[in-house]
Amino acid sequence: MQRLTAQNVTLGYEQRVIAENLSVEIPDHSFTVIVGPNACGKSTLLRALARMLKPSAGQVLLDGQAIGSMPAKKVARTLGLLPQSSIAPDGITVADLVSRGRYPHQGLLRQWSPQDERIVRESMASTGVAELADRSVDELSGGQRQRVWIAMALAQQTPLLLLDEPTTYLDIQHQIDVLDLCADLHEEQGRTLVAVLHDLNHAARYATHLIAMRGGQVVAQGPPAEVVTAELVEEVFGLRCQIIGDPETGTPLVIPAARRPKSRALRPAGTTAGS
Amino acid sequence: MTVDLRADKPGSRALRGPAGLSLRVEPRALAVGLLLVAAALAMAVVLIGTGDFEIAPWDVVQTLLGNGTPANDFIVNDLRLPRVVVALLVGAALGMAGAVFQSVSRNPLGSPDLLGFGYGSAVGALVVIVLFKGGATEVSAGALVGGLLTGVLVYLLSYRRGIHGYRLVLVGIGASAMLVAVINYLLTKAQLVEATRAMVWLTGSLAGRDWSQVWPLLAVCAALFPLVLGQGRALRMMEMGDDAAYALGVRVERTRMLLMLAAVLLTTAAAAAAGPISFVALAAPQLARRLTRSPGSNLLTGALMGSVLLLVSDWASQRAFGADQLPVGVVTGLVGGVYLLWLLVTERKAGRI
Repeated sequence: MQRLTAQNVTLGYEQRVIAENLSVEIPDHSFTVIVGPNACGKSTLLRALARMLKPSAGQVLLDGQAIGSMPAKKVARTLGLLPQSSIAPDGITVADLVSRGRYPHQGLLRQWSPQDERIVRESMASTGVAELADRSVDELSGGQRQRVWIAMALAQQTPLLLLDEPTTYLDIQHQIDVLDLCADLHEEQGRTLVAVLHDLNHAARYATHLIAMRGGQVVAQGPPAEVVTAELVEEVFGLRCQIIGDPETGTPLVIPAARRPKSRALRPAGTTAGS
Repeated sequence: MTVDLRADKPGSRALRGPAGLSLRVEPRALAVGLLLVAAALAMAVVLIGTGDFEIAPWDVVQTLLGNGTPANDFIVNDLRLPRVVVALLVGAALGMAGAVFQSVSRNPLGSPDLLGFGYGSAVGALVVIVLFKGGATEVSAGALVGGLLTGVLVYLLSYRRGIHGYRLVLVGIGASAMLVAVINYLLTKAQLVEATRAMVWLTGSLAGRDWSQVWPLLAVCAALFPLVLGQGRALRMMEMGDDAAYALGVRVERTRMLLMLAAVLLTTAAAAAAGPISFVALAAPQLARRLTRSPGSNLLTGALMGSVLLLVSDWASQRAFGADQLPVGVVTGLVGGVYLLWLLVTERKAGRI
């Protein structure tokens, strides 16, 4: 059995049910990416896996134990989460922010061990923010800031790391930068990564395991090469497309169909249709 | 025991001992804290010497140590010391409560003054004064009950899938407006004697405080200061947002409820002892933060700053207007009003409100 699984969970906020009777297993040591159209429940699933959302039925299991009944700090030593939006306190330095990732390993009388210090330094080095250590987080660019937050999640030293849309609001070069970093963490440090991504092509390129969701249900899962087909993309996203091999990596690349009937219907009368 | 003091990065040091014991120390915050303690003690001595019968600071210290003349002993230990101890504790309680609320609401305006707990205490006290014509102890009890009820009400009204800074501040401001209306109603209903008592209570005063006011306040502070400080590290994590704190293993909603309850208790205990002294809770944590230049809630330095602020205000009011002529709440209100304006202007410029 895998370390992190959701078993027949029903997820929702107050009266609104988003997913019902949903079961997911996160393969150990995989880089799992969850994709799907807006409001398909992918972020909701991630929040449930990170025990931020309590399922109204079913349960999320971490190492065979119901995650909601485990001590909060104990979970935080096994499972990390990079939330979609976090607030950097005014004037905080990079090193100070990253060092907060050590919180679940600390106590009232063990606030800052030599090990904490070493791990913080390593986390900053492996995310390439070591030279920014004394800079204020407010001064950094969006891409640098996301690296700092990832460094904080790394300092938590969890074998499992969940990332909620880590590339949103970033420029394209920083998106690739962050995804390369995630791939490094997965390959070099053997961590299990679970990310929610918007861009299907990014997902197909970086994921080792892809979960496609629609309407609160898992439609398909497996290696991207098997999952990403023209039929599936049409079924999940309602998008007609061709799939070709990515010239860089050979992974599936989604090429949307040139013109769709809907957009033709919307064209104002009197204009001549193109070829 | 060997204590190893070494820098792990600029601006922060770790104090390490045997068996994995390690404490984090920020040298600047520590220095500011020590300076504030020194300032508070010095101010306390000066304040004890101030009044219709002036006593030199050195004689005050001698008398406190038990080597004074009988006359000085009576004035210092029986008349003025309890008042100064009340000022110290009220200032510290307000400073710490303010630091907690500003941190929880992530808003420098989220202080107990503006959230209506002070007014809640006032309604409680005025009900006792005006409707029941109660004595000092009953008035304190009324203030305590009024403040706590307001705290619970504001918490419940702003609760929707957790507490969020903005909703808390807005609900608090709404509650304040309603409570002020109740206060005004009670004042119009009051007879002249009760109305005067009520007005004196409403301004916040340290005049005539004796040991019977000290003990309950000291008990509340002794119980709640360590509790709040113990949650300080969790509170630091919560500044990064609920999700981030949750991911780090902080039980966010539980911690927040505990801290808010403690802060409401501190505020109402302070109000019960000295009336609703305004703006100390608002200004002290912000001033402390500017001195320590350390992000985070500055719980301890905020409390110390609160003590210093209140002692200085009390001394200033006595110096300028003579002993017990002007309640200390007027001075803190004046100073605080200027500060609030400045805060509103700078926060607006920074685009935070």
